[in-house]
Amino acid sequence: MSVPRYWRKQQNRYRLRGTHCETCGRYFFPPRNLCPTCRRDGTIVDYEFKGDGKVRTYSIIRTASEDYDLQTPFVLAVVELEEGTCLTAQVICTPEEVYIGMPVKKAFRRIIADGDAGVIVYGTKFVPA
Amino acid sequence: MVGIISYGAYIPRFRIKTEEIARVWGADGAEIARGLGVREKSVPDFDEDTITISVEAARGALARRPLDPGEIGAIYVGSESHPYAVKPSAAAVGEAIGATPVMTAADCEFACKAGTAAIQTGMGLVKSGMVTYAVAIGADTAQGAPGDALEYTASAGGAAIIVGNDDPIAEINHTCSYTTDTPDFWRREGQEYPSHGGRFSGDPAYFKHVQGAARLMLEQMGTTPSDYDYAVFHQPNAKFPTKVAGMLGFSREQITPGLAVPRLGNTYSGAVPVGISATLDIAKPGDRIFVTSYGSGAGSDAFDITVTDVIDSDVFNRNAAPTVEQLLANPVYLDYALYAKHKGKILMQ
Ligand SMILES: [Zn+2]
Repeated sequence: MSVPRYWRKQQNRYRLRGTHCETCGRYFFPPRNLCPTCRRDGTIVDYEFKGDGKVRTYSIIRTASEDYDLQTPFVLAVVELEEGTCLTAQVICTPEEVYIGMPVKKAFRRIIADGDAGVIVYGTKFVPA
Repeated sequence: MVGIISYGAYIPRFRIKTEEIARVWGADGAEIARGLGVREKSVPDFDEDTITISVEAARGALARRPLDPGEIGAIYVGSESHPYAVKPSAAAVGEAIGATPVMTAADCEFACKAGTAAIQTGMGLVKSGMVTYAVAIGADTAQGAPGDALEYTASAGGAAIIVGNDDPIAEINHTCSYTTDTPDFWRREGQEYPSHGGRFSGDPAYFKHVQGAARLMLEQMGTTPSDYDYAVFHQPNAKFPTKVAGMLGFSREQITPGLAVPRLGNTYSGAVPVGISATLDIAKPGDRIFVTSYGSGAGSDAFDITVTDVIDSDVFNRNAAPTVEQLLANPVYLDYALYAKHKGKILMQ
């Protein structure tokens, strides 16, 4: 794992920092520097998402790579944020609890640890709201 | 006057019952639960540690009182389970709440009183005018070796206290400490589990220091236990704080709201900050709170706190973050096998 690569996106992962087009009102996560609708006419500003949303769709991961094996089975979902943009993230609940439309909110969690000696990567997951 | 601007607590969702741990070791669970006064303890999720608990607690405090994170000039995280031996938990918390980069940060260690040491450090910076707000956190994912007496209580959780001067929800009237070099509990660098000088190293350690700091506070403030509405003592189990409260002249009613340990276990550095949070959850303007922490090695910090009108005002919203009671409600119970998996006690190939 490349430490610089994770570090560069750290603020986006920690605080759900994306962007917002003030011209048409769209929100972007991961952040975009150019609005695909407004193009040159768009005014893009930084935006920190509140972290409230709902599960749009999900799958249950039962077999995972070594790093995530301890956590199986877990829920990986497409979460639609209140502001209208979607992202893929883990939802911390049992496979029996999750359903499409379930309200969720952001939670700060460990994403991955590079063995016992490497860096620990933190970021945003979701929990039932 | 310097005081508490806001507070937030966090407790993981999972629990294991004392009787379930006892079952595995062939011990009498009901007897142990009764002796310790601990029915169950919290267990962190696979992806939770002292940093994630600290961030959630700090976010709770900021939800109750939205401040400009740029005005947070200091973050101190007190813990004995920092995820890194070298790399500050406090810097990660600062980044996660948007307080970086113009701030100072450091991790504190003093067994179970690192959280109150962080509060005192923050008070000093605020009182001297060096910072506007300081965030003091006590959090732990405590480890007890399998089969050791500590395994029945070592749990996970924490709380964040934002210290500042302007319109505090509770004024900190005074703080004082009592410290000696006492070898009651320790962990050497590189060791996974702590060692302790006997199972109930109470008298020369917990009772001497808690009483030392508490009596010093009563003497310096010219108060008696009846001047306080509530009292919070360090709670490695329910027996010690209940006993020391009695020795000092505090009643069971005074300590009950801040006594989370029967359903939470010992959150080490988180214990007193969680106890303060639970008390502030129900306190009314004018209520006076007596606090004494304890950290092995050994020392105690005492605080005399008075709740102000601000706690019920428009600038503060107690309901914007979960109360300790809400965090303790509706847990998910684990059996010992799942608990071992959660705590990483199974060696994976
Ligand atoms: Zn646009």
